[in-house]
Amino acid sequence: MQRETTTGAAITFDGVGKSYPKKGGGSVMALEGVDLEVPPGAITGIIGRSGAGKSTLLRMVNGLERPTAGTVRVGTRDIGAARGAELREMRREVGMIFQHFNLLSSRTVYENVALPLEIAGRPAAEIRRRASDLVARVGLEALAERYPAELSGGQKQRVGIARALATGPKVLLSDEATSALDPETTQTVLKLLADINRDLGLTILLITHEMAVVRDIASHVAVIEGGRIVEQGATYDIFTTPAHATTRSFLSGVTGVTLPRFIADRMNAEPPAGPAREVIRITFLGDRATDPLLAQMSGALGLEVNILAGAIEEIGARPFGNLLISVPADRGAEARAYLESHQQRTEVLGYVG
Amino acid sequence: MSANLINMLMEATWQTLYMVAVSTVIGAVFGLPIGTFLACSQKGELLSAPAVNKVLGIIVNATRSVPFIILVVAIIPFTRMVAGTSIGTTAAIVPLSIAAIPFIARLIENAIREVDSGLIEAARAMGATPLQIIRKVLIPEALPGITLGLTLAVVSLIGYSAMVGAVGGEGLGDLGIRYGYQRFMPDVMAMVVVILIVLVQLVQTAGEWIARRVDKRAPRNRGA
Repeated sequence: MQRETTTGAAITFDGVGKSYPKKGGGSVMALEGVDLEVPPGAITGIIGRSGAGKSTLLRMVNGLERPTAGTVRVGTRDIGAARGAELREMRREVGMIFQHFNLLSSRTVYENVALPLEIAGRPAAEIRRRASDLVARVGLEALAERYPAELSGGQKQRVGIARALATGPKVLLSDEATSALDPETTQTVLKLLADINRDLGLTILLITHEMAVVRDIASHVAVIEGGRIVEQGATYDIFTTPAHATTRSFLSGVTGVTLPRFIADRMNAEPPAGPAREVIRITFLGDRATDPLLAQMSGALGLEVNILAGAIEEIGARPFGNLLISVPADRGAEARAYLESHQQRTEVLGYVG
Repeated sequence: MSANLINMLMEATWQTLYMVAVSTVIGAVFGLPIGTFLACSQKGELLSAPAVNKVLGIIVNATRSVPFIILVVAIIPFTRMVAGTSIGTTAAIVPLSIAAIPFIARLIENAIREVDSGLIEAARAMGATPLQIIRKVLIPEALPGITLGLTLAVVSLIGYSAMVGAVGGEGLGDLGIRYGYQRFMPDVMAMVVVILIVLVQLVQTAGEWIARRVDKRAPRNRGA
């Protein structure tokens, strides 16, 4: 679908593979057949467990890793094929922030931000102006002369972000940038990234193992498992209609709708003999997420509905709800038909006796 | 103690300082690039040159495995070539430097290897050349370790300098052997030992003070 945009993708992975030679012959596949287009000016998340290959994938965008198959393009330029001075020049168009910040302990906040400009050989006056601007942009003017050891984790990541923006890149790569931070600090760093994305029109590609990070700032997401992209699309669609088991397992942690233990323990795949109840997951989408649909259904069908768990969440300001209910097993089909006719998605999770 | 003896002690101290200072400077001038190269030239590293790395490593190890007193005697022809003579305090600087170079190279290599590889990765991501990474990242970040390494080298060289009496080098060690030991003058021996202890203490304290000043890794009380 991104192929239709006239501006073209910011980053294109085309049949990308990466294999490492194994000791004693053979090779280990880290990535295989990855096709992914990262839309420009948006925040795209790649989510996967450790060892899934997401870090390798990210590091190909600035040439820290080279694909052994396929091509990786930033804009229209093939970074996998670039060498020497050309590669270094391309790297200046791509900023990167790291889980452990990777700041120089021997340099102050200001000097750390100035480093990429020194490396790029910019004139001293420009370095001074730009580094000061960026330190202010991330709200650290008061700490400009401090050393990283004197900063908190969130402050260090702000320095990392300012440093990554120093050479005016078009793309920002984030390698688990909030994984070492507490939840509150994570939120402020994510907000800063979202602000930068909006204000500068910067394309952000981030990898994470936390679905909450994707939900909070990414408009697009790709799920990676065993070196392959198993699912990708708009975050809202992936959250509301996950197709792959890996995606679902990531989602179960953030959507907050797991069955209460005492019901989960009594669940059966088939209706048990005697009176039983059917447990249904309903996914409320878009504007209807806030409709009092259950009350309406209960009235219309004369059905007694038991609510087991539920939550309404927002993804990019669009609400979606997840609700677990139970109805008498013999009337389950009827209830599901009613909900589906009102554009809600349903799924039978099992039966309790 | 006679005024004559005091003069001799002062002169010997000066000679020791002279030999140690010059050989430390020469050792650092050659040891810094060699150590930096050793730290960055293994397979897949910044200046990847595994063959050269290996050969250089063997040379460094070979030099370091020769006992200093043997080295002094073994390289007498070389010393004569460089210094014009093989006898005297200036000539003694040659074997001291030859011993200092591989020692300092290894200390610098170790200090540079301590630098977090994430910093190298960050600098590469910025588009830095290998030389820029060495100059702007590795050496500044390794500076506390390099300072302590050089301190250790100076202390070791003070010890080595006591042996150069074998080739007519002078200094505190030589004075202690010739007067304190061979002429049975225990007061000279005692003074030599005291001066050596004081010198080493001063060097060590100064080195640690400088290392603390350049080390920004731990938070400290600012302006305290």
